[in-house]
Amino acid sequence: MIAVPQPASADYRLPLHRRRKLINFIALALSLAAMAFGLVWLVWILWDTLWLGVQGLSASIFLQDTPPPNSDGGGLRNAIVGTLVMVLSATAVGTPIGILAGIYLAEYGQRGWLGSVTRFINDILLSAPSIVIGLFVYTIIVAQTRTFSAYAGVIALALIVIPVVIRTTENMLALIPNALREATFALGAPKWIMIRRVTLKAARAGVVTGVLLALARIAGETAPLLFTALSNQFFTLNMGEPMANLPVTIFKFAMSPFSNWQQMAWVGVFLITVGVLVLNILARVLFRQKH
Amino acid sequence: MHAATSALKPGEKVKMTVRDLNFYYGKFQALKNINLEIPEKKVTAFIGPSGCGKSTLLRVFNRMFELYPDQRAEGEVNVDGDNVLTSKEDVALIRAKIGMVFQKPTPFPMSIYDNIAFGVKLFENLSKSALDDRVEWALRKGALWNEVKDKLGQSGTSLSGGQQQRLCIARGIAVRPEIILFDEPCSALDPISTAKIEELIDELKSDYTVAIVTHNMQQAARVSDYTAYMYLGDMVEFGETDQIFIKPKKKETEDYITGRFG
Repeated sequence: MIAVPQPASADYRLPLHRRRKLINFIALALSLAAMAFGLVWLVWILWDTLWLGVQGLSASIFLQDTPPPNSDGGGLRNAIVGTLVMVLSATAVGTPIGILAGIYLAEYGQRGWLGSVTRFINDILLSAPSIVIGLFVYTIIVAQTRTFSAYAGVIALALIVIPVVIRTTENMLALIPNALREATFALGAPKWIMIRRVTLKAARAGVVTGVLLALARIAGETAPLLFTALSNQFFTLNMGEPMANLPVTIFKFAMSPFSNWQQMAWVGVFLITVGVLVLNILARVLFRQKH
Repeated sequence: MHAATSALKPGEKVKMTVRDLNFYYGKFQALKNINLEIPEKKVTAFIGPSGCGKSTLLRVFNRMFELYPDQRAEGEVNVDGDNVLTSKEDVALIRAKIGMVFQKPTPFPMSIYDNIAFGVKLFENLSKSALDDRVEWALRKGALWNEVKDKLGQSGTSLSGGQQQRLCIARGIAVRPEIILFDEPCSALDPISTAKIEELIDELKSDYTVAIVTHNMQQAARVSDYTAYMYLGDMVEFGETDQIFIKPKKKETEDYITGRFG
């Protein structure tokens, strides 16, 4: 016969319970302290950006171009427009490639070597330092054409967009339950209609979120542009020549000894931060609506 | 001996004949030498404990298993004299002829109207008004029309679980298949929705050949004309539902339906 265990007494449970409560308290306190530590720096950065950026904000920032060294006045018009042109072009180039490749990985490349190799390489590309991508585009485009250009900048930024969009598209499609795929096939639908009308549609919010996050990521990239689009003191929409942009302008102005340039660098930082913040909020709202 | 050949009542028309069917998940054999005749415009139920192969069998009928490369079927599944497994016909056309309703409701991420129209548009080029008529017809057949007629533009996913399942049935009917396979269609539903769907299945058999897998023996007894009891990949017994439930020929069948096993 197996002895029936007797119910444990309260004297036995109580000390154990007290100890667990203490451990719980310590763990919670440590987590909160870690969170506070992280938040302090974030809030500090945001505060500085806001404080110093808003001080220099005026209409002329959007209406005038970057001023020559050691002079007053001027704005960031050429840099703002340049950033918008290059970031939007890079997203326009990178998004279709990224979505199509993501569809391949999620819907066709689950088995077989091509899918896993592509996935592995994409992961490397995803974590590649952006300066490497900048130098790469410098070597294959700028060194060959013998000129810095906005085109080269767009290519470098697109190379950052593509792996992000591939990854989010694949992940979002992988979240769609297989039952939905089977149900589509059960009606006699071919695979491409299944993808286009059902799974891609079901994953739409997530895919768009991925594109927005990629956009936010490249909005502040400096290194890839430093070697490709460089910068331009003047306003231009010619993609074949160097083009002004916010990150490189900030880099140049912040390192200068001129107080007007330094002030303008803070305004640039402020504009990028607000832009990225808006994109992130937009992405969150969009994603939440669907889930 | 083919137990199945003698199982149908005289005068019953055969819609689907399964001959020497073996099925493998990789190296594991999930169906062993299945022989069976499914009568036309009747409801055939498949019962048996989990893992006995009843859902697997259903997924062979419309070649759904082919989506997974390690799954393999050998033998014959003849529908109107054509072997589904080796047919030259495109698998999409076979699936349009043999519809399927799944365990969990699977509404597409689109409006109620588009959920129904989706399958229709795959094979037919109807005018707007003809398509409207078809959608209404299918929703009426699916006993859902009265509940959704004022909100056809709403998302299919906004319906309740029971309504979603009836939407899926209506979607399957809309493409006008000849056979409809139900894979535990009520296991995720409450009793009232279940009763509605059982009523619906009963009405469907005047036009369609129905095969249903169920874990619920009362359900099998209520809705089906014929019942197959399966165990570990074997077709243990197949016959008229009344006979299976009142006077089963095999001891294993009796043990299962009386609850002494399973």
